Amino acid sequence: MSTVTDAPAPARHAGPKVRLRGERSPLASIGLHLTLIIASVIAVFPVLWVLLTSLKPAKFATTTDFFRETTFVNYTNLIRDTEFLNWFANSAIIAGLSTLIGVFVAATTGYAVSRFRFPGKRGLMWTLLITQMFPVAVLIVPIYNIMANLGLLNQPAGLVITYLTISVPFCAWMMKGFFDTIPREIDESGEVDGLTPFGTFFRLILPLAKPGLAVTAFYSFITAWGEVAYASAFLVGDENLTLAGGLQKFVNQYGAQWGPMTAASVLIAIPAALVFLFAQKHLVTGMSAGAVKG
Amino acid sequence: MAVHTSQSVVKAAGENDARGRSRGTGTPPPAPGRFRRGLSTHWYAWTMVAPVVLVIGVIIGYPLLRGIYLSMTDADERNVARSIGVNELPATYKFVGADNYIDALTGSQFLGTLGWTLVWTVSCVSITFVLGMGLANILNRRIAGRSAYRMALILPWAIPGFVSVFAWRFLYNEERGLLNKILGGAGIDGIPWLNDPTWAKFAVIAVNVWLGIPFMMVALLGGLQSIPSEQYEAAEMDGATAWQRFRHITLPGLRPVSTTVILLSTIWTFNMFPVIFLLTRGGPGEATQILVTQAYKFSFEISPRDFAQSSTWGVLILVLLMLFAVIYRRVLRTQGDNW
Repeated sequence: MSTVTDAPAPARHAGPKVRLRGERSPLASIGLHLTLIIASVIAVFPVLWVLLTSLKPAKFATTTDFFRETTFVNYTNLIRDTEFLNWFANSAIIAGLSTLIGVFVAATTGYAVSRFRFPGKRGLMWTLLITQMFPVAVLIVPIYNIMANLGLLNQPAGLVITYLTISVPFCAWMMKGFFDTIPREIDESGEVDGLTPFGTFFRLILPLAKPGLAVTAFYSFITAWGEVAYASAFLVGDENLTLAGGLQKFVNQYGAQWGPMTAASVLIAIPAALVFLFAQKHLVTGMSAGAVKG
Repeated sequence: MAVHTSQSVVKAAGENDARGRSRGTGTPPPAPGRFRRGLSTHWYAWTMVAPVVLVIGVIIGYPLLRGIYLSMTDADERNVARSIGVNELPATYKFVGADNYIDALTGSQFLGTLGWTLVWTVSCVSITFVLGMGLANILNRRIAGRSAYRMALILPWAIPGFVSVFAWRFLYNEERGLLNKILGGAGIDGIPWLNDPTWAKFAVIAVNVWLGIPFMMVALLGGLQSIPSEQYEAAEMDGATAWQRFRHITLPGLRPVSTTVILLSTIWTFNMFPVIFLLTRGGPGEATQILVTQAYKFSFEISPRDFAQSSTWGVLILVLLMLFAVIYRRVLRTQGDNW
């Protein structure tokens, strides 16, 4: 309150209560760093703890020591005794295809919705939003039946198509927002140079949309890589599972043995973290454009 | 007001219909001349959206209609079409009209689960939003090690959900989990994190907040960076305090982003299947069961599997979320947002 009465004073000479941006007392700096450190520790710790546990022999898995007889035996056992590599390959194929197709489809849709007025546009935007609301539980049995009829159960293609329905609606929204930030003059110049709408899109707009594409790819990949419900319903047979399904099987198979579980978790997290590293530079710009205009 | 909004949905559905026809898949359009003109003007736009419309139409549209139909029957594991050995048994379930809906809405199970689902959604979204906003504001300042902090804070997003949920189960474990060992070290009795109804509710919310903050933070950080710094400079000239700047520049400036992320995360949280399913399976008892995990349980985990009830709950979830989206939009529009 007292600051309000101070207000008439010129800002440059304002009392200590009015602090400019970028200026702060050492105490405030310490406070900010402390907040960030605590938040970062909470964010990182569960994952770090799994990593540390995977490096301990299984019999020490539940000890509180950070390091204890560091060993890779959990990893070698995992790779030698289980179908882990198969699961990994299945997941990689499914997530890779979902990402590739998802990014492409989301980009064309986002571009069409961003640039053209066409009958059905509003309906499409609504549909994209509403599909986000569909509970897995209603869809899973009918989708299962469709896939069975199409002969796509236990096939990567079945899951790829299913994952597209999860990730594409959000990605298309995000890409629309991103394309909205690219000036229309670029499209017009393409048109003047005699490019078709497709030519304009592929040659001029797409190269400019890299941050948006990176975020879309990140999102599609993470969605497909970490999906559990459909994967465990659609895939049967040890060698056909994805990581999500495989890991579940694994819990039953090994009871409460944490060693192999933690090793598998670490190996599963690595590709996701790599995709994240690749995308994170663009994450803030890409997301904000999408969210602002979405 | 409600009439107006429902019209827009109906209109949207109608437009959808028109697009379906114009791709030449169904009945002939009412005005061929208009259709042909439309096709020549809009064919590239339609081509670009066609894959999405096709996939969503087949993979979402059909299951949805099928789900709505099943919700009006008494279908369960014993009376749906199935094959036993070489014998194909035809479906014998029958149409029961709105009975399932009446049962769901008058029984205590649906309403009780809905109550917890609402508590879960509101607490998760609000806590995530407040913390995400705070962290985004700190990260938006000039501060040493900013990109390192940002990387660490986004990490939960980069880890597949089932891995991080597993990590949390590991920490929460009652006898041997790290959290209870730390408490034990401080002389406090272990907490039955996942085995006591109240603590389990707390635990699932904590994990979901942990998972949700990166998305919120990144979106808000992007929003913060799009607020022109001239506005802050002008406010500083006028001697506005940090709180006043936050209240009158940051919050309004973030409005477009925050309305979108709140809408999306409300929808996502309401239907957040993996966290509950993998962390507690809805237990202990049914204490942490939200609508979507309960609906899943009906069609996969109980015996006989009850497809009709599962579909009924699913359709009700969808209706609730659509109502929410329409009202949310409405409120925003009356406040002058043209979203």
